[in-house]
Amino acid sequence: MITKANHFAIFVLDQNSAYDFYVNKLGFKVNTDAVMGPKGRWLTVNPPNQPDLEITLMAIDDKMMFNGESAEIMRDLVRKKTFGFAVFECDDMLATYEELKAKGVKFIKEPTKEFYGFNAVFEDDSGNWFSLGEAKKDQ
Amino acid sequence: MPAETLPKLDLYRRIVQAKLFIDDNFAEPIDAGDIADEACYSKFHFIRTFKTIYGRTPHQHLTHVRVEKAKEMLELGTSVTDTCFAVGFDSLGSFTRLFKSRVGFTPSEYQRQQIERKEQIRQEPLRFIPGCFAMQVSNNSGSKPSN
Repeated sequence: MITKANHFAIFVLDQNSAYDFYVNKLGFKVNTDAVMGPKGRWLTVNPPNQPDLEITLMAIDDKMMFNGESAEIMRDLVRKKTFGFAVFECDDMLATYEELKAKGVKFIKEPTKEFYGFNAVFEDDSGNWFSLGEAKKDQ
Repeated sequence: MPAETLPKLDLYRRIVQAKLFIDDNFAEPIDAGDIADEACYSKFHFIRTFKTIYGRTPHQHLTHVRVEKAKEMLELGTSVTDTCFAVGFDSLGSFTRLFKSRVGFTPSEYQRQQIERKEQIRQEPLRFIPGCFAMQVSNNSGSKPSN
């Protein structure tokens, strides 16, 4: 029986830039920053309240999961904003929206109240996009 | 944006700016009344609204930011004393007590654990990479994952 997820990967164009985006703008914590092989870097971050969920900021390089041609195809797809990788949750949508906007995060969709709840969409520094929802509050 | 949310935006902007002010100036002696003035609020209304949005008062948030920054500095190897004063505490005793109550370890215990973990990551990086990925690395580099 599968009990939980502990890792998922986001493919990024530049790990240093992604580090700055996820740590300094989104406020995620660095979990593991390790040398991986001769030229690689295993960089994971986690949302502040989820230390056991490691998000791997995976470089799209000509090694590991990609060969030269597929790496270039993947980079191109990321640049074209093809991938929506995850849904994040915040306690207060408008405050989070205002804070992230003040830090330079680009929103593709501003917050709106939908039948399923408050929702917005932002993108990271590579072009990956994420849905942002608001945690349900006790009435 | 729906019209119903518009009147709240200015309120949110001012509270968020106050929160970002705390985030950027955590090392300074910050008083909630000063921030309330900056945000054009009465102190009482400001603290109540801040807590409604963030779940903690401005002072509790300031303490939270200081402890988080202290953790970062300790992880980088900064001494406990230097960390204490750099993040805005003026007493080593109160810093140590508060840090332990929030983190569960004294600053020096926390620093030792984190530096040990970093050293383990440096010496045996594949131990910290899930097996399927570590296997690809070991296949490419000739090293063996240890888990």
